[in-house]
Amino acid sequence: MLSLVFFLLFIPLFALAGVYAERKVSAFIQDRLGPMEVGRYGLLQTLADIIKLLLKEDIIPSLADKRLFKLAPLIIFVAVFAGFAAIPLTPTLIGSGLQVGVFFILAIVSLDVVGIMMAGWSSNSKYPLLGAMRAVAQIISYEIPTGLAILAVVMICQTLDLQSISYQQGIWINHYQHLEADQNYLFGLKPLGIDITLVGGFLTWNIVRMPFLSIAFVIYFIASLAECNRAPFDIPEAESELIGGYHTEYSGLRWAFIMLAEYGMMLLVSFLGVILFLGSWNTPLPNLGYLALADWTSGKPDTLWGQLTSIFWLFSKTFLLIFAQMWIRWTYPRLRIDQLMYLCWKVLVPFALAIVLLCGVWRLWMV
Amino acid sequence: MNPQISAFGMAFLFILGGIVLVLLGLAVASLLRPHRPNVEKLAAYECGEEALGSVWGQFNGRYYVIALIFVLFEVELVFLFPWATVFGQKELIEITEGRWGWFSLVEVWLFIGILVLGLAYIWAKGHLEWLKPQPQDTDYQSKIPAKAYERINRTYQKNKT
Repeated sequence: MLSLVFFLLFIPLFALAGVYAERKVSAFIQDRLGPMEVGRYGLLQTLADIIKLLLKEDIIPSLADKRLFKLAPLIIFVAVFAGFAAIPLTPTLIGSGLQVGVFFILAIVSLDVVGIMMAGWSSNSKYPLLGAMRAVAQIISYEIPTGLAILAVVMICQTLDLQSISYQQGIWINHYQHLEADQNYLFGLKPLGIDITLVGGFLTWNIVRMPFLSIAFVIYFIASLAECNRAPFDIPEAESELIGGYHTEYSGLRWAFIMLAEYGMMLLVSFLGVILFLGSWNTPLPNLGYLALADWTSGKPDTLWGQLTSIFWLFSKTFLLIFAQMWIRWTYPRLRIDQLMYLCWKVLVPFALAIVLLCGVWRLWMV
Repeated sequence: MNPQISAFGMAFLFILGGIVLVLLGLAVASLLRPHRPNVEKLAAYECGEEALGSVWGQFNGRYYVIALIFVLFEVELVFLFPWATVFGQKELIEITEGRWGWFSLVEVWLFIGILVLGLAYIWAKGHLEWLKPQPQDTDYQSKIPAKAYERINRTYQKNKT
């Protein structure tokens, strides 16, 4: 319940801060100042934007299919928001302790596509329809490499429970049910015989536990950019050719909720990437002999110190990934649609399949 | 009660929470915003031109092919996830002295192999190709010599440093 209340408040706040950060990041990358007028350093700019959106007239085109048009933002937002139910925030705090958490997120976030199609189709206007077609083709295409990269992690961890995946990547592995007797070996390889269960740190993160997962992480990260419709994969809303893509006809708060869903999606894929590949809420610092850095920087799971440190590590890693998303957006030009399909089906999918095969062998070496 | 049922209940609460947030936001906005529609405002946006006809008609058939390929692979993923959680379980491998892991792994390799054949087929058939823009060379010769551009670049460089 705490998690639900937290996310209900946090996602709008994150969108406020995220839009501001994005403007500032883009400005600094392009040698500009960004918003400077509203508030000190333009800090209140996005708040002013929200108030503007709240006061905007709600325009529904007369030719539109009104029922679908009104329903679409709701579906887009709810599909993304529901995904947060399975995200663990700390070792004990998780929205719902689903044993099929990974599967749940993949399934419910896919419904986003239905909402986008509804928005584009019901607008009865050319730009939204083209944008929706492109968005759907792109999102469903990139769901395959995303799914395969996640599958590789599931094969290594042998569970769909995100909390269990989190515990496996740190020094508190034996504090979770069913993992009491588990051990972590260097690179996951038991024959090497280097037990690092109590060393922890980045050495037990999934990308090091199974080194090929670092390639899977790169695939996941690229595909997740496409899932969020963010540059260089922003073909669905390419401003210079499609105005706004599938949300061209939306205005006011309905539009705001579509944008909120987009920022929510950024947050969700970053959370998921951190949890699956980058050690979740575990500290990156390992125990090195007398320097028990991991013990110092992450408390026991059920203590207050443990909660605070895990929140700190999870969020700092997530925000780092979000910053990387913004950085990429303002660095690379937009892909063309044939390049987009080429990258997905002819590069990412074959690589992801190869990694799935390799992970199977690696897992059998691990036990 | 099975704790998994309450876990799904909690996930349902997230869905309800999202719906409440959207409806609440729209309700607040409907109290504050103006409502003065006119014909021009409600027309479909087309950069100032008047929109002609309905768009609910044909679209590029390639999208349909992509959707079909997606369904194929997504169904494969749905089958692979349950397998992925059991093929490397320690107990099962110990009971069968290691045979369980390799047997199930080879089985899935065959399964994925058939799908890879499908991907190769689609690839060879050209269904993954999208229309590519074909830039054409022209024999147009600019009257401005290349040297003029170089001079501008040089002065610009000098001013910058």
